[in-house]
Amino acid sequence: METGTTGGTGRPEWVGLPGGLLRLRRLLLVIWAVPLAVGTALLLGLTAGPGWAAAGAVWLVALVWGWVVLGRNWRSWRYAERADDLLISRGVLWRAQTVVPYGRMQLVEVTSGPLERRFGLASVQLHTAAAATDAKIPGLVPAEAQRLRDRLTELGEARSAGL
Amino acid sequence: MTTESAAAADPAVERRLHLLTPLRRAWVPIAATVGVVVQQADQVQRWASGLSVTLRALVLLALVVVFGVYGFLSWWFTHYAVTDTELRIRSGLLFRRTAHIRLDRIQAIDVTRPLLARVAGVAKLRLDVIGTEDKDELAFLDEREAVALRAELLARAAGFAPAEAVVLGEAPQEVLLRVGPRDLAVSLLLTLSAWGALAAGLGVPVAVWWFSGNHWATIATMLPMLGGLWSGTVGRFLGEFDWRVAESPDGLRLDHGLLDRAHETVPPGRVQTVRIVEPLLWRRRGWVRVELAVAGSKNEVLVPVASREAAQAVVARVLPGVELAGLAFGRSPKTGSRWVVPVWWRGYALAVSADVFAVRKGLLCRRTEIVPHAKVQSVRLTQGPWERVQGLADVHVDTGANGTVTARLRPAAGAAELLDAQAARSRTSRADARPDRWMT
Repeated sequence: METGTTGGTGRPEWVGLPGGLLRLRRLLLVIWAVPLAVGTALLLGLTAGPGWAAAGAVWLVALVWGWVVLGRNWRSWRYAERADDLLISRGVLWRAQTVVPYGRMQLVEVTSGPLERRFGLASVQLHTAAAATDAKIPGLVPAEAQRLRDRLTELGEARSAGL
Repeated sequence: MTTESAAAADPAVERRLHLLTPLRRAWVPIAATVGVVVQQADQVQRWASGLSVTLRALVLLALVVVFGVYGFLSWWFTHYAVTDTELRIRSGLLFRRTAHIRLDRIQAIDVTRPLLARVAGVAKLRLDVIGTEDKDELAFLDEREAVALRAELLARAAGFAPAEAVVLGEAPQEVLLRVGPRDLAVSLLLTLSAWGALAAGLGVPVAVWWFSGNHWATIATMLPMLGGLWSGTVGRFLGEFDWRVAESPDGLRLDHGLLDRAHETVPPGRVQTVRIVEPLLWRRRGWVRVELAVAGSKNEVLVPVASREAAQAVVARVLPGVELAGLAFGRSPKTGSRWVVPVWWRGYALAVSADVFAVRKGLLCRRTEIVPHAKVQSVRLTQGPWERVQGLADVHVDTGANGTVTARLRPAAGAAELLDAQAARSRTSRADARPDRWMT
């Protein structure tokens, strides 16, 4: 007794996030880490001796590590629109996968903060009657976010169910 | 809908609350004044001593008149009306407020009669509507009127025609279960948490007194503990006294209370989760406690204590077609689970039937949570790094009553399948669920 076409339900076609979000996050990382490294190196180099200036490299190590972690985290985010539900999968160490049937959606929200707007990004958030539903797709291209919102709203209406 | 067209559609439009309501409303400013007077006792005394006796009496009289007028006006400006689709409550003296409550969104209707209200022959009607934080109340109504209004609201919410709904009156009810005072008292005595509260309530103040020797500190620690002890034992006994579960066409009726009587109604198909609690000391007697989660409702307890068979009979009315004994629970695999949650992993178990998703947890106090597939809003799978090493994952099922039921420590491959299967089940089982207006 399937309510939708079964074709799309079997194998999800995963879609990753566009690169904008990764660029934004890495840029923020660099903006924070480089001045911190320079500041630490200068402070210690001037007060404790030139040898201590090497301690600033700790921030550079953190930068490299953060660079890799951000990349892995960004790659782990993916979503799939199936015939009857939306799948969102994310996380590297702590993995999580969320399935939201379209019929359960109460509202779809497209948000875009000032930084996100600067980088041409938008997030889509799905709300159901359950507050625990954490269905958010960050860092989409605005056009894709709007397409997704319209499609989800349309599918939600078609398959709408009560509480 | 304007008032005129509503009046044309409904002869019983714009009713007022019971005449005793002003008395209750007047309590708010009186309490505020008393609070101020107590706080500023010195100044008030100095000020009052400068006045003659007649002036004091006049001030008192003026206060009474002001409060009385406030109470009267707030009563005068509060109206309610029942239309085809909604219950409207207009209230407010300075800040007008009109609440439109959609009848088909009503999750539960409670008639409560606090002790004083019982003496006066009035009752309070509380409505649980989905998505609202503060509950809308009609306080107070004449007792008979409250019962009639509840019946009318439920009949209309069920989809009966307006004229029919007024005539129908209270739907007939059939008592399913009654909890005797002896069983209730014994069940409370067999609750470990009550004894724990008693031990803490006696032990901690003694320890504080021993170490500090300060009487005030002792009393300050004792009072909240005694309060907790009271609400956990005597308070529960008073609230759950003479608990009756009855079935009627407009849902399950719960009547309970020794001093304050409460009459709750849970319309069919509103229950999101049923929880069966089996405390350690109850298990030998085969007793269980049944709790439920209804979206937007404060009602929690369905049966405070009953034998497993009796509870099964009640649960079968709430979740039709569910056989508690027939649920085949599968435990978490021993090999991995014992390293993730030592010892307590034995408590975790999962059962999925055609109608429900059921999860068991706890070793000492065993809790079984049952969610009908039709009530599932979203399904999630999570897996931490240590769980992945052990080949395990958790599956969460979110319901509309802001609750999440978690099947912990499932084998990873099975969990992925479970996630997909559960999403499909909760999607399809909605199709043959009951309509919101259950009589249509």
